[in-house]
Amino acid sequence: MGAAAKKQNMHDALLNAYPRLELRADWAVKAQDAAAARFAAQGAPGPRDEYWRYTNPATLTQVPAPSATVLVHDEAPIFDALDRVELVFVDGVFRADLSGDLTLAGCSIELLADVMATDIHWASEFYGTLEAASQERVDRPMAALNSAVANAGVVIHVTGTVEKAIALRYLHQNDASDVALHHVIKVDAGASVTVLESGPSAARFNKVVEIDVADGGTLNHVRAQGRDHERRAVTGTFARLGKESVFKSFTVTVNGVLTRNETVIDFTGDDAVAHVAGACVGDGEFLHDDTVFITHDGVNCESRQVFKKVLRNGAVGVFQGKILVQPDAQKTDGYQISQGLLLDDDSQFLAKPELEIYADDVACSHGSTCGSVDEDQLFYLTSRGIDRKTAGNMLVLSFLAEAIEEIEDEAIAEAVLTRLGEWMERRS
Amino acid sequence: MLEIKGLKVSLEEEDKKILKGVDLTVDAGKVHAIMGPNGSGKSTLSYVLAGRDGYEVTGGSATLAGEDILDMEPEERAAAGVFLAFQYPVEIPGVGNMTFLRTAMNAQRKARGEEEMSAADFLKLVRAKAATLDIDADMLKRPVNVGFSGGEKKRNEILQMALLEPKMCILDETDSGLDVDAMKLVAKGVNALRDEGRGFLVITHYQRLLDHIKPDVVHIMADGRIVKTGGPELALEVETNGYGDILKEVA
Repeated sequence: MGAAAKKQNMHDALLNAYPRLELRADWAVKAQDAAAARFAAQGAPGPRDEYWRYTNPATLTQVPAPSATVLVHDEAPIFDALDRVELVFVDGVFRADLSGDLTLAGCSIELLADVMATDIHWASEFYGTLEAASQERVDRPMAALNSAVANAGVVIHVTGTVEKAIALRYLHQNDASDVALHHVIKVDAGASVTVLESGPSAARFNKVVEIDVADGGTLNHVRAQGRDHERRAVTGTFARLGKESVFKSFTVTVNGVLTRNETVIDFTGDDAVAHVAGACVGDGEFLHDDTVFITHDGVNCESRQVFKKVLRNGAVGVFQGKILVQPDAQKTDGYQISQGLLLDDDSQFLAKPELEIYADDVACSHGSTCGSVDEDQLFYLTSRGIDRKTAGNMLVLSFLAEAIEEIEDEAIAEAVLTRLGEWMERRS
Repeated sequence: MLEIKGLKVSLEEEDKKILKGVDLTVDAGKVHAIMGPNGSGKSTLSYVLAGRDGYEVTGGSATLAGEDILDMEPEERAAAGVFLAFQYPVEIPGVGNMTFLRTAMNAQRKARGEEEMSAADFLKLVRAKAATLDIDADMLKRPVNVGFSGGEKKRNEILQMALLEPKMCILDETDSGLDVDAMKLVAKGVNALRDEGRGFLVITHYQRLLDHIKPDVVHIMADGRIVKTGGPELALEVETNGYGDILKEVA
């Protein structure tokens, strides 16, 4: 079999690996077929592709998906203490019996399966479009695959101020689950909402969320990617931001053999703000990849990327972050920092920051560092009587602090910190 | 209290001898000052006593209340009663000062087999001690030493000392970077801790700190040794004439 034929087989196998929804309106069929065509045109990602050099995608594309043992633990769910409406997916299947009442003031929450079965729906104009638009600059085959095959997800239309957080909780109960979820979130002008995501999701999880924030709208997003050691995840977050809108996204990742989080943000209006941040901790067989692409096409917009990775026992951290400033995007304020804390000599942090600037009146800065625990800080703490282990853990939290500070809500920041502290306690 | 005998120390990374046989005894209740030109080994002595990495002890001993401290980890020395007030207190972003103070306090108590202090009791204690050093609630809330002025950092060192109540306080150029008012405040904090059970080793370049923290004994250190020991008048002599005469005299 020739290479081309092999690739074709891989596409077909992947496209067929996920059962399609039985009932789809014409628009949904068209949108998913178009996505399948995008995926076919690009082919599955390979290790030689520019944006997959540091992260081998082989296990993300093999059929069937590698299995992942379900981790049994008695930890309380991370966002348990927060006021929220919870939607629970078990291995990608929505479970009404475990979920809260989806009726929530200020927004409508629907299931993707229901929306796709509806002939006339606002989401028909939106589903897959941001993912497709992102493909013009960089191939994102896993996201195209997702749009083509997704059979579950939520469709949220935010029309006012939503007081409770919308919490998507992804449980993993089947060692062999291979899941594609696709969410669509539309925030109307002046409306605001907080969306939370948590849980290990599946043995292999491919998730896309497309987000449109209209003028003056606000979306706060916090997710916790859970602890199951062998799980794999590839996610795509696509956000289009209108004038004076605010989008803040924070991700904490604990464990998982492979996590690739792609974030694509487009500023289309002026004076908007986007912060995307992440903190991850990994030990041993662990690869965590943040790949971010921010396009400034409005005047006076602010973007911040803050990524911190704590790595030990051969864990690998990857960061690929790009800021593109279009010619008319004057007064852009772009900041990007990515840092790896290596707790031993076996771990690696690979960073590729990119700036592409066509406007002449902008302030863009980026930095990337990689190092071990600061000996001066360690000595200072131990000289006060704090044992080396505790001092080391304090310094890991100190390292992560700049990312955690990106979380707007103090209670959520506290919950995230607690989770990270517990991880270190288990490991030291 | 602190007994140092024939202490010889080299740098670990390079073959360089820093301390070449230091003999020094600090009795409980006494304040000893060490003065000396740059590069004489004063700061090295303080680091070696506190247990910093990077130094190799090639000879001699150091004991605190009869216990050999050189074999101990820094945290064990702290629990045994050694405290080093840093010349350059280290900034630790993301760790609240209060959390740091309480962790240190309880770690030492635990190491000594004492009960940990409750959050409420600790808060009361810190507030009381902080007030005497003009340390406000904001400084306690901020990350350790981050954004602190030079004076605030040094006051924070003295606050730690006051809370941890060590047996042996080593102050490494605590006066550096302080204006007169800040120095007075720091000296007041130190003097409040002077008592019969506690020894002090004050490392300084300048007499002016010793105007406020009156020493019982003054040592001159040069080229890795204590070359002269005397009373407070020795510091005045240095202030007036510099080290030249003393060094010539002992050469």
